[in-house]
Amino acid sequence: MIQHLSLNIEETAAVILFGIGFTILLLHRNLIKKIMGMNIMDTATYLFLASKGYITGRAVPIVVDGVQEVSAYINPVPSGLVLTGIVVSVSTTALMLSLTIRLYERYHSLDLDEILILAKEEERT
Amino acid sequence: MSRRKDNYETSRWLKFKKWVDGETDLLSIGMEPEVPVSSEGKERRRDLARRKAYDQELIRLSAEHADKTAIMKARSIRYFQKFYKVMSVILCLGIILVLLWTVASLPVTGNADNPANNEVAARYIEKGLQETGAVNIVTGMILDYRAFDTFGESCVLFIASCCVLVLLRLDADSKNENIRKMIAESDDRHFEPKNDIILQKCACVLVPVIMIFGIYIVLNGHLSPGGGFSGGAVLGSGLILYLNAYGYDRMSRLFTEKVYKRTTLCALTFYCLAKSYSFFTGANHLESGIPLGTPGAILSSGLILPLNICVGLVVACTMYAFYTLFRKGGM
Amino acid sequence: MRLFECILLLCLIMCAVSVAFARDLLTSIIIFMSYSLIMCVIWMILQSPDLAITEAAVGAGVTSILFFLTLKKIRAIRKEEQDEQEEG
Repeated sequence: MIQHLSLNIEETAAVILFGIGFTILLLHRNLIKKIMGMNIMDTATYLFLASKGYITGRAVPIVVDGVQEVSAYINPVPSGLVLTGIVVSVSTTALMLSLTIRLYERYHSLDLDEILILAKEEERT
Repeated sequence: MSRRKDNYETSRWLKFKKWVDGETDLLSIGMEPEVPVSSEGKERRRDLARRKAYDQELIRLSAEHADKTAIMKARSIRYFQKFYKVMSVILCLGIILVLLWTVASLPVTGNADNPANNEVAARYIEKGLQETGAVNIVTGMILDYRAFDTFGESCVLFIASCCVLVLLRLDADSKNENIRKMIAESDDRHFEPKNDIILQKCACVLVPVIMIFGIYIVLNGHLSPGGGFSGGAVLGSGLILYLNAYGYDRMSRLFTEKVYKRTTLCALTFYCLAKSYSFFTGANHLESGIPLGTPGAILSSGLILPLNICVGLVVACTMYAFYTLFRKGGM
Repeated sequence: MRLFECILLLCLIMCAVSVAFARDLLTSIIIFMSYSLIMCVIWMILQSPDLAITEAAVGAGVTSILFFLTLKKIRAIRKEEQDEQEEG
């Protein structure tokens, strides 16, 4: 198993990064840290996808000198998918950060537990 | 007898069982008891203060009522927090292990015979240049074969900026006094050094270079790496630098909310119209009627260049809008 | 090249871990920025320069600017509060 893992290190790193991001998402109480963990999970997924399309010894999929053999270029599909994904992750980050600002304006705290307690008290009154 | 029952009801095992059965929320059990929130000041070290508050609660309760169930309750919150931490660490480690196990049985990275490198990729590489006219196969793919995907993408960006607008905008025409006060406070122009000469000189040199580089990336999207998304982000950051150096007064000559709205709307509408024709033709052909031109020339590959410009405009406007909305709640 | 890639991936994991353990929010944002830049080099090694340009402009640039702005806004709100408390 270890030997096989050392053969595809990109995927291994991507999986470990995903786990770290998930841990941050679960264990940190700070909302901004949680958003960062979410971002790390995003990039880990992109790394996994892009490493699926990588082929050793082949070049960027930009046609040079009219060479159009499949054996010359890497797989362009994952690159296209990840390219759009990166930009969308920024917009979701911006949305989450603006929600965080609004929450802070209302509850004066970044701690999720505290916000939950305050919201519950507000509900009760 | 009754005491025994109380112990049973507050035991952690029962709570966990209830949570597994879906009867209660694991978080809400811990949150339910009245926790003294307002007893301390706001700037406190969270864990220490909370533990202290629980201890105070414990002492108070034991002095007043000597009610053992209440003490158990306060204590169980602390236990629950530890329990939650341990459980989540175990869960994360489990997820990592399972995923690693999966990766160990995946085909080796970089092998040409992997199932991911199938006939779709081969078709894009072999026929892409003839069918789309784009030298960069990735751009040809995302703006021609999969143009609808990219259209949805630009719409996601637009919708996200609308949501941020709804959440963070402060209306200047509002009659509410508080909002006006907030606008005056968040208008932080007078806090900054007004004419920071170092920043202005740097921006003077850097902004034109950044803008030209952004435009170059957008226009050469079909010839070299880059395209609408990356070029748009570079253009947006150039605008942000200009705004930081020269302030809102100079910026409002060039870029206002009206400009933002019109640019984004025009770009999205043009994109929509340029690609909608294939709805009417059964969505199974790609030709736009525009001659593809010689591959490698800047005016080639049909609709890809205008679509790249549209995407670039949308992305640049969105990035700039995010910045201004976060900073002062308006363009 | 393989060794270089291994080192970069290790740096990536180290950055992610130190984002989790950094006490100060500003520090963790800056570490996150460097995380994006390392990611950008890895895209170059994986032969996708499109992604590298986008990641450098978007991930390291705009995302961290948004994080910084959020932090600034939150500190401004906190300061206002303190002023009010002192007045009252």
